Amino acid sequence: MSTASQTTRTSDPYATSGADVDSAGDARVFNASGGDWDDVVEEASALHEERIVVNMGPQHPSTHGVLRLILELDGETVTETRAGIGYLHTGIEKNMEFRNWTQGVTFCTRMDYLTPMMQETVYCLAVEKLLGITDRIPQRASTIRVLMMELTRISSHLVALGTGGMEMGATTVMTVGFRERERILSIIEMITGLRMNNAYIRPGGVAQDLPRGVYDKIRDTMPALRRGLGELEALLNENPLVKGRMEKVGYLDLTGCMALGITGPVLRSAGLPHDLRKSAPYCGYETYDFDVPTRTSCDAYGRLRVRIDEMYQSMRIIEQATDRLQADEPGAPVMVEDKKIAWPAQLAIGSDGMGNSLDHIRTIMGESMEALIHHFKLVTEGFRVPAGQAYVAVESAKGELGCHVVSDGGTRPYRAHFRDPSFNNLQAAAAMCEGGQIADVIVAVASIDPVMGGVDR
Amino acid sequence: MSDAKNDPGSTRAKGPGDDREELAQEYADNLPAAPGTTPDPVVIGERRGMFGASSGQDTTGYGGLRSEILLPGASPRPYGGYFDQLADSLERALVGGQASWSEAVEWVTVDRGEMTIHVRREHLVPVVRVLRDDPELRFEICTGVSGVHYPHETGRELHAVYHFLSITNGSKRVRVEVTCPDDDPHIPSIVSVYPANDWHERETWDMFGIQFDGHPALTRILMPDDWPGHPQRKDYPLGGIPVEYKGASIPPPDQRRSYN
Repeated sequence: MSTASQTTRTSDPYATSGADVDSAGDARVFNASGGDWDDVVEEASALHEERIVVNMGPQHPSTHGVLRLILELDGETVTETRAGIGYLHTGIEKNMEFRNWTQGVTFCTRMDYLTPMMQETVYCLAVEKLLGITDRIPQRASTIRVLMMELTRISSHLVALGTGGMEMGATTVMTVGFRERERILSIIEMITGLRMNNAYIRPGGVAQDLPRGVYDKIRDTMPALRRGLGELEALLNENPLVKGRMEKVGYLDLTGCMALGITGPVLRSAGLPHDLRKSAPYCGYETYDFDVPTRTSCDAYGRLRVRIDEMYQSMRIIEQATDRLQADEPGAPVMVEDKKIAWPAQLAIGSDGMGNSLDHIRTIMGESMEALIHHFKLVTEGFRVPAGQAYVAVESAKGELGCHVVSDGGTRPYRAHFRDPSFNNLQAAAAMCEGGQIADVIVAVASIDPVMGGVDR
Repeated sequence: MSDAKNDPGSTRAKGPGDDREELAQEYADNLPAAPGTTPDPVVIGERRGMFGASSGQDTTGYGGLRSEILLPGASPRPYGGYFDQLADSLERALVGGQASWSEAVEWVTVDRGEMTIHVRREHLVPVVRVLRDDPELRFEICTGVSGVHYPHETGRELHAVYHFLSITNGSKRVRVEVTCPDDDPHIPSIVSVYPANDWHERETWDMFGIQFDGHPALTRILMPDDWPGHPQRKDYPLGGIPVEYKGASIPPPDQRRSYN
């Protein structure tokens, strides 16, 4: 290489010769040397010859949606990682400014599509804080919210384990994970009518009370779910292949977590038992009996174990919440008493699934003029929220999910901003991947559990 | 409901009038204070139209149906809760630093159980450094920056709102609000203090056009690199096309009738 370039430089094959000048006459002759190109070429050839920049994604089966990782590789070693996001930006926050306060739920539930209940709850808690009705939310509504959030947490963790396993080649982990998730989704579907994008939790409470037979369904599901989790544990916990792939991979210690503002299972895998359900309880979490599992290994394997342990804790909460809900007197309210806020969502099961409540229609159309006016005003205009701002955070399955809402006193949010945990945690991708193998990038990113719907919003 | 009526001791067994009064009182407590009762509520705009008339305003239309949009202004001491201690600690920690409390802090608002410290932009970095480093404050985590655009607040159109969380001191929270004018949209970056704010500041630049000086690579993050404009500013249209449904045409959301 060096001798070749030496010879090139000493005898330039493109240099003009006397014959050229003769044939071209006065015309200018161009050649491909000169300038600082020699320096550029020298610099490029000084780097390792296997240095390569690879775009992993945005369409790649193991980047959890449309995440683009720009990897600089030296052989199989990753020397630089950058995450490119924005491929799933849908402008949800901007859209919420053009819908009324209740309709906002329909939008924010679609952000992190694996934890719809978390976004709905955090948004509703923030709106309720602005309205000053936090203390007026019926007990039963809060308990239902807890139940739904914990169901969601399990289903989100199951997807995290399932897809994480699949990306390592463990297809059975994925099939078991999704099979168990289906049990949860079937409960959620029974309660809300939908598997995801539920818009079930509304400012003031929840859309409607639990349907008949749901307690039995939850109680029947829990043992089956426990068996399924046991199956996953048997597959993963002491599996030498899993441990070989995950131990000491995606390492991020407590200092790194703090510097990068990491929360959720990643932070707890570094040994800090920070969980907003314990440290800043909302929805009555302080009255439930559960533990915050932690690990000290700071790696992907620790996060896996934290997630598995958390699912068992969530099941404990679900059992307690179910007991409480079943002990409630029939007809206990699930929506704030103030009819100026309570959206009329009383639905009945029609022949085609969900439908309008004939009782409600009979009341407003046939019996009470005031009720009709109220219904009309609330549905077309919405309610007004006193001007000001509020920030509320809940412990989502991925970490701190915050909601900053600003009201100008109108019927629509002046600004709604969501601090999605995945958005923040994905910043750790570089710290976790650089210096490791390219195969470990997939494990490390999966251990963050980013959901691009939430990251890009 | 029927059970409550049967039980005279129940709190729900009140006349409807009592309840309404109580409710009105509660709303009044929660509402931002009326002009004159606090030193200076912040005017961020003006509302016009006959919907949502409140507090005995003229609804005949002859008065122009205007009302000012007021955000809570400065709160007097004591703030209540842990806020007094927090303010004292911050004031003490700022002594001997680059800027004193009175230089750095414009005012403090306590509203709905949340504390907002309005900081002058040139003193933002020393203030957040103290918030992180002082053992009594120790806000280890900045949960990001959220932009808000108030186009009618002349000279302070763009707000950057930071939320801080202290895990050490029992999940205390504080909000720091910084403003900058639209024609000079510069706010110092706090990435040197809170590296986690990197992407959050890029997002706020992308969506609101606030330039965070000193940020290591302030580029767009959600929108394409060559996108014109900053989508979440109030003067940026939402976009959308009319949709035909059963013969009727439904306009895009930002052109529908609004009751705001």
